[in-house]
Amino acid sequence: MTNSIPEIEDADCIFVIGSNTTEAHPLIAHRIFKALDKGAKLIVVDPRKTQLAELSHIHARLHFGTDVAFLNGLMYEILENKWHNEPFIAKRTEDFEPFKAAVQNYSPAKASAICGIPSDVMHEIAALYATSKTSTILYTLGITEHTHGVDNVKSLANLALLTGHIGRPSTGVNPLRGQNNVQGACDMGALPNVYPGYQVVSNPGVRSKFERAWGAELSPEVGITIPEMMDGLIEGSVKGMFIFGENSVESDPNTDHVIRALESAEFLVVQDIFLTETAKLAHVVLPGACWAEVEGTFTNTERKVQPVRKAVEPPGQARPNWQIFCDLGGRLGLDLAYCSAEELFDEMAELTPSFTGITYDRLESMELQWPCLSLDHPGTPFLHKDRFSRGKGLFHAIEYRPSEELPDEKYPFVLTTGRRYAHYHTRTMTGRCPSLEREFPGPMAQVHVKDAQKLGLKDGGLLKVTSRRGEVVVPVTLGDVVPEGAIFMDFHFHEANPNRLLGTFLDPVSKTADYKVCAVKLEKG
Amino acid sequence: MDYQTIRTTCPFCGCGCQMWLVRLDGELIQTIPDKCAPMNEGKLCIKGLNAHEFVQSPERLTQPLIRKKGRLEEASWEEALSLVASRLSAIRDQYGGDSMAFLSSARATNEENYLFQKLCRAAFRTNNVDHCARL
Repeated sequence: MTNSIPEIEDADCIFVIGSNTTEAHPLIAHRIFKALDKGAKLIVVDPRKTQLAELSHIHARLHFGTDVAFLNGLMYEILENKWHNEPFIAKRTEDFEPFKAAVQNYSPAKASAICGIPSDVMHEIAALYATSKTSTILYTLGITEHTHGVDNVKSLANLALLTGHIGRPSTGVNPLRGQNNVQGACDMGALPNVYPGYQVVSNPGVRSKFERAWGAELSPEVGITIPEMMDGLIEGSVKGMFIFGENSVESDPNTDHVIRALESAEFLVVQDIFLTETAKLAHVVLPGACWAEVEGTFTNTERKVQPVRKAVEPPGQARPNWQIFCDLGGRLGLDLAYCSAEELFDEMAELTPSFTGITYDRLESMELQWPCLSLDHPGTPFLHKDRFSRGKGLFHAIEYRPSEELPDEKYPFVLTTGRRYAHYHTRTMTGRCPSLEREFPGPMAQVHVKDAQKLGLKDGGLLKVTSRRGEVVVPVTLGDVVPEGAIFMDFHFHEANPNRLLGTFLDPVSKTADYKVCAVKLEKG
Repeated sequence: MDYQTIRTTCPFCGCGCQMWLVRLDGELIQTIPDKCAPMNEGKLCIKGLNAHEFVQSPERLTQPLIRKKGRLEEASWEEALSLVASRLSAIRDQYGGDSMAFLSSARATNEENYLFQKLCRAAFRTNNVDHCARL
């Protein structure tokens, strides 16, 4: 997030797009409720009538995957009505002209024909977002999990730059990250192109710093991403794989493809806390300690580094993950003789400028958000105050591209996927919490009541969902949460996991797969 | 009776709510929201409130497993780690470090992620390390 969570409650306008906040980020939704009590206006852009949409002032139910057309239409309106922030654009941004030229192709009539939002509603949203004193954008995987996810994010950045709603409290472009430490895993360099702190592996100066610190020769080549790893296993360019704390079989799209990939590995190691469907395919399974059994830190979606403390001993012979890596490193010829998590943190912070000012001692008494540049630095609650990381904010000219697999005669429905409030991802953890299992015991798809009538379906009845990859049978609830012509499925339950139906359609830049738009056929099950 | 409360960070979504794990005689019995944390102001969602339940699940992995004749069987740490080290270094030496792929974890701590990517990069001379941020 460019900004902090508590700031949301003081925003005048909250623009939520592609986020089912009340179910996926309940305590951020709580901030939105507080903002509404203080008089904020809420815009929700989502094809589904989510709980938050019911509370919104404007709910724009765009067609699945048409975000770029919608946002360009919105920005056309802002420019047309001169609601853009000229001083901000002149002082803080560049490449405005090519962006403006691209947006000129998206008149409200044209954008509306693509995204399905009437032009008067687009006008109203444009006015509200652009002319409020502070407007904040909140988004989640409804924006990123598309073949045009990067274009969606750049379009949101354009919107914030155009109106100057960035670099101040209660504004910004704020991805609500889905996992406890997905921010931290990125920050720590668990990515194929960067070391900790987003220092790029192909930069010779950076590389030699890490080579000196780690006493090893490092590769200058950018590595491969998850989908490329899976393809590599099948093609034979990847021979061995080590999966640490990830249930790829159930969380990746196109399940059959993933299983085939992992079965192709000459050697597969899985380190986890339960015997997941992924671990069942391994040659060796290593038992790790879980979060309640170790010392360390997580970094939340607002870049805040927070302590994790040991409350109990790991079960049986399970060991803290870092101790397993130290042991393995020694056997592979590295000297990884660390005594504590703190020692690891200090080594990382010494090599990572944005973490230089963060220590375990400081975290005991204060809240610190990176960048935190020295031991007396207070941390950074919001980014881009006087300058952007690259200097000036860069506008991008973005054209709308339809999603890869749209409905057709044979597969006439759109399948979209997401979370439920009582479960988390593949239920490796929440499926072992008896209270949560009682609360939400099984999968439940949603279809529109009119489609159900045509299919002869009753509430709670079984539905067979078929795509070009496979089929799944799932019970349904009827209503108007999803629009006609669509089905929503959660991805929590092994017995009805929609990932079996999804293809591997990737964003060309981020390599993120489309989990939100997939063509399917529905039949009574 | 040994009763302790331990302040920590929720293991589920990216909100980073602060919570207290309650331990009675070595067992976790409850999760309590932290009232002073600016993030969650004394509240937790239904997942956070039940976070302690999976920790002591009887299904937890408690011993290394090695596949023998197609079945995963219990093994010692020494046996498991020496097998992993020898097989991975054989792959590295025969095909090069880029023939290995590593997935790190958005569930795990910063320190564990730091060490894992260091291990991959330094021991295998590859940048083939990724995690589920892409999903």
